[in-house]
Amino acid sequence: MSVLIFAELDEGKIKKSSQEAIFYGSKVAEMTGTSATTIIVGPADDTELASAGKFGATKVLHATDAKLSEPNGMAYATVVAAAAQQEGSNVIVLAKSSLADAMTARLAGKLKAGLAANVIDLPNISNGFQVKSSIYTGKAFAFNDLKADVKILAIKKNTITPEEKDAKASVEAFTPTLNDADFAISVKSTEKSSGDILLPEADFVVSAGRGLKGPENWGIVEDLAKALHAATACSKPVSDLDWRPHSEHVGQTGLKISPNLYIACGISGAIQHLAGVNSSKVIVVINKDADAPFFKSADYGIVGDVFDVLPRLTKAVQAL
Amino acid sequence: MKILVCVTSVPDTTTKIAFTDNNTKLNKAGVTFITGPYDDYALARAVELKEKTGATITVLNVGEADTEPVIRKCLAIGADDAIRVNAEPTDAYFVAEQIAAIAKANSYDLILMGRESIDYNGGQVHGIVAEMLGIPSISPVMLLDIDGDTAKITREIEGGKESLEAKLPLVLGCQEPIAEWKIPNMRGIMTARTKPLNVVEPTGTDKLTTVASYELPAPRGAVKMIPADAAETLIQLLHTEAKVI
Repeated sequence: MSVLIFAELDEGKIKKSSQEAIFYGSKVAEMTGTSATTIIVGPADDTELASAGKFGATKVLHATDAKLSEPNGMAYATVVAAAAQQEGSNVIVLAKSSLADAMTARLAGKLKAGLAANVIDLPNISNGFQVKSSIYTGKAFAFNDLKADVKILAIKKNTITPEEKDAKASVEAFTPTLNDADFAISVKSTEKSSGDILLPEADFVVSAGRGLKGPENWGIVEDLAKALHAATACSKPVSDLDWRPHSEHVGQTGLKISPNLYIACGISGAIQHLAGVNSSKVIVVINKDADAPFFKSADYGIVGDVFDVLPRLTKAVQAL
Repeated sequence: MKILVCVTSVPDTTTKIAFTDNNTKLNKAGVTFITGPYDDYALARAVELKEKTGATITVLNVGEADTEPVIRKCLAIGADDAIRVNAEPTDAYFVAEQIAAIAKANSYDLILMGRESIDYNGGQVHGIVAEMLGIPSISPVMLLDIDGDTAKITREIEGGKESLEAKLPLVLGCQEPIAEWKIPNMRGIMTARTKPLNVVEPTGTDKLTTVASYELPAPRGAVKMIPADAAETLIQLLHTEAKVI
């Protein structure tokens, strides 16, 4: 039962969530007595590629076709399916992401695979192949029996902590046959904020709601985020009002995140908001309303005015 | 233009989830079921395209008989007819097979659905359907316009958005702000009663994934309150006690 892990690049570096996926895949390989191969698509140098070995991969397949330089879920699915066929892999592991979502489904269709998304623990293979996943937007878990010959596991970020070892993976070029149909969607333009910490990848998130009173007040949120090296996020009303872009909306109908630290400022904590953030390891709530329901789901709380509290927290972080 | 809108029937977003039968079934007692919120966006955009281009809309649900109120609501909002595949939708591949079988038999120009259901949250069905049909899939779609046989699309990517073009037919997973949710009016509710709702039996393979049991998350410990006039203490606690910073 060979294990293939798809690792995603961000500006030539293996994303942190993909490092977690490589480690997860190598653990599944250990459990099943086989080895872990990583497939990486796009430009990256050999040192970076070989670093997959630190997380347990023994081999990296590297696909560099110029047509693959931009993320493309359909074409990447063709590449991973070809790699799985070459390696005889019947377990495929990847980290859940925007690209992975587009890819995983096409891959499952190609390979007639059983798949589990939002996987949060290593599989139980004592009797079949069972994995635990997060469902109902984080409000519950399911124990899924994967019965197909090929199994795809999309791992939720921050559910497994990689242990690093002093090892390098061997790197081999991989040249799959690409289908013209995989390039039927043409990209006309891309708008991406640069230099900021990507919210789905962030370990720390500072988030704010209507309690900030207007978009002009976001400076105090950004200051604390900058001091903590955190990403910024917002509640649904805030993105509905266009105070912040939709890509920052966390909650039931926005992004679901699981950072190590989530600081909610001026957010009352509707059940729909909580659903998107309740997998955070530590939750801090700052709200001037002592009856805000969010305090019941928090680890630390401050009843106070965000306009007073946030700048003081920023100074305290800077003094650490 | 023929549009197929696939909808899920899911617990209301405010539902506190609980399980029954030794944690093997959702406890449906007192739970209100609604159209999946993302599917509502897909249907709303389909209705706008119908008003603009004269498209026809078929709404499709894979579900057992208790999902029919949700399907009737979709007809009241503006779908022309409906199909219910009589099966429990617990496996993405199985659900996709049902949708693909109906799509193959009816040649739709656009297949719209939500980016994900809010029960299993897999976000996979649209991509599997498209792969089965050999056509492109795009998700999550925030803006959609149709110009002849070309779809102009904006989708969300991590930290931004991307503008795309593709020829029909397409499968799209939708999200806000693609359209404003529609509320059925009295005329819509009355006419929905007479619109066709065809029930068909499932086809294809057995489910590739089944759920053995469910579990609820462990409750968090009690919140530690910090006085506002000693707010700085929070940072010390995050550093020394919680050890996250």
